[in-house]
Amino acid sequence: MSTVEPVTEHQAPVSAHREDFPILARPMNGRPLAFLDSAASAQKPACVIDAEARCYREYYANIHRGVYQLSQRSTDAYEGARKRVAELLNAPDHREVAFVRGTTEAINLVAHSFVRPQLQPGDEILITGMEHHSNIVPWQLICEETGAKLVVSPVTDTGEVDLEDFRGRLGPRTRFASIAHVSNALGTINPVAEMIAAAREADVPTLVDGAQGVPHMAVDVQALGCDFYCFSGHKLYGPSGVGALWGRFELLRGMRPYQGGGEMIRYVTFEKSDFAPPPQRFEAGTPNIAGAIALGEAVDYVRGIGLERIGAHEQALLAYATERLEAIEGLRIIGNATHKAGVISFVLDGVHPHDIGTILDQEGVAVRAGHHCAQPVMDRFGVPATVRASFGLYNSREDVDALVNALHRVKEFFG
Amino acid sequence: MSELRDLYQEVILDHNKHPRNFHPVDPHSHEADGYNPLCGDRVHLELQVDDNGVIESIGFQGDGCAISTASASIMTEALKGHTVEEAKALFERFRHLVTEDDAEVDPSMGKVAVLAGVREFPMRVKCATLAWHTFDAAIREAGEFTAE
Repeated sequence: MSTVEPVTEHQAPVSAHREDFPILARPMNGRPLAFLDSAASAQKPACVIDAEARCYREYYANIHRGVYQLSQRSTDAYEGARKRVAELLNAPDHREVAFVRGTTEAINLVAHSFVRPQLQPGDEILITGMEHHSNIVPWQLICEETGAKLVVSPVTDTGEVDLEDFRGRLGPRTRFASIAHVSNALGTINPVAEMIAAAREADVPTLVDGAQGVPHMAVDVQALGCDFYCFSGHKLYGPSGVGALWGRFELLRGMRPYQGGGEMIRYVTFEKSDFAPPPQRFEAGTPNIAGAIALGEAVDYVRGIGLERIGAHEQALLAYATERLEAIEGLRIIGNATHKAGVISFVLDGVHPHDIGTILDQEGVAVRAGHHCAQPVMDRFGVPATVRASFGLYNSREDVDALVNALHRVKEFFG
Repeated sequence: MSELRDLYQEVILDHNKHPRNFHPVDPHSHEADGYNPLCGDRVHLELQVDDNGVIESIGFQGDGCAISTASASIMTEALKGHTVEEAKALFERFRHLVTEDDAEVDPSMGKVAVLAGVREFPMRVKCATLAWHTFDAAIREAGEFTAE
């Protein structure tokens, strides 16, 4: 759990931390960069960039094997990062945290090592209608292989999960439920605790895709009660190519490896190999050592500011942006859940999101235009694509104003 | 901002708002679907080619951004009444125009040249060429084209 510091009047606003991000000092088309695409990937503070560089400059070596000092230092830093991730998620035991490439790999790992071996034809896996492709396709693949069925709890018109519907779809054949903490396309914060409780009542283990959750709120896997939780480092102001999977130790201990190789074994002969215990069992090969270390630095960074403060700052921006965007004629916000993270998807009458994205870019405003790797969500709301503005800790009202002004420019063009 | 004006010329905005030949062609001898997975743009193209290899009729349907819609609309106008061989040659010149910095606008290209501004926006070149690739797939009877 991150510690909450009381907000005092002397404290600088969260957005003052924009100065920590070197890339945000670079102008875009002669204007200050309004970076509103953190839901795709967040920018990196200098401390994270420096932590990765410092590893390579000062103490890099492969981990868990050398007897020399550099290897020991690298191993200590890598394992230190694992402890930081465990603390971030309030995991009871740091051995429950495996470093992976990102959320996508974590979900594939659980699908193949935990769920697939249990599946019989006719079994079911439950997801929601607002999942990212990475929480759809891995399940489709193992369903195809086993004859199991992917069951989807649809989203409501406001872009929310219908809890009663979700409960109703937890049946005797449900073997697993995998749900997004926060929808990347709509911003909806799902009632994951209630959903997990319902699944537990039905004896169904759960995974929470926390890619869009962890950067915006304090996460406590023990309070949530889920069995697996995963996230990507690059959305948490850390490097790309590294992320984490948390799982209950008793489940991890019983799981088959996802990949075979070095690092993940205890003893190998040509007849048989004994696998290392978790988490090494799931970290075959040389991992992204410097990346994991820099992710540990990113965890320290966000906890230093305070995830509650970051969340509150983004909520204030969301409210401001929602009000200003709704005032634009012909603009429709897609996803109007009661609980939303700092993500606003919208469409503008008569202008394709792709064209909006290009014009906004010329105005120094970076947004995502497209289907956000969530095509079923686009289909559900009857749009081919949306423009998505998403907030990070470094964003301010000025960024929202730049977005709104640029949208007026779009309207001039297409008026 | 002048680059934006070059990209979104009046002709393009007009074709986007009022696409020409936006209809099925019945009967048709060739058809294909084009898809850009990056942005979700889709175009369905149908054309009737007569015994002399002349494109008698051509129409498109689909959903896309201003650049891909206008490009499809302008393409159908440009190809109607021309032979398939002429159309293929125009496709080559068009592709050169929107991808090569040194390409010069050839007056004989007609209206399709208004898309030259897309060169300054590499992310949007595929929008401009989607309909053309779909035409190419239809002629080759490939059935579909997916932008890579």
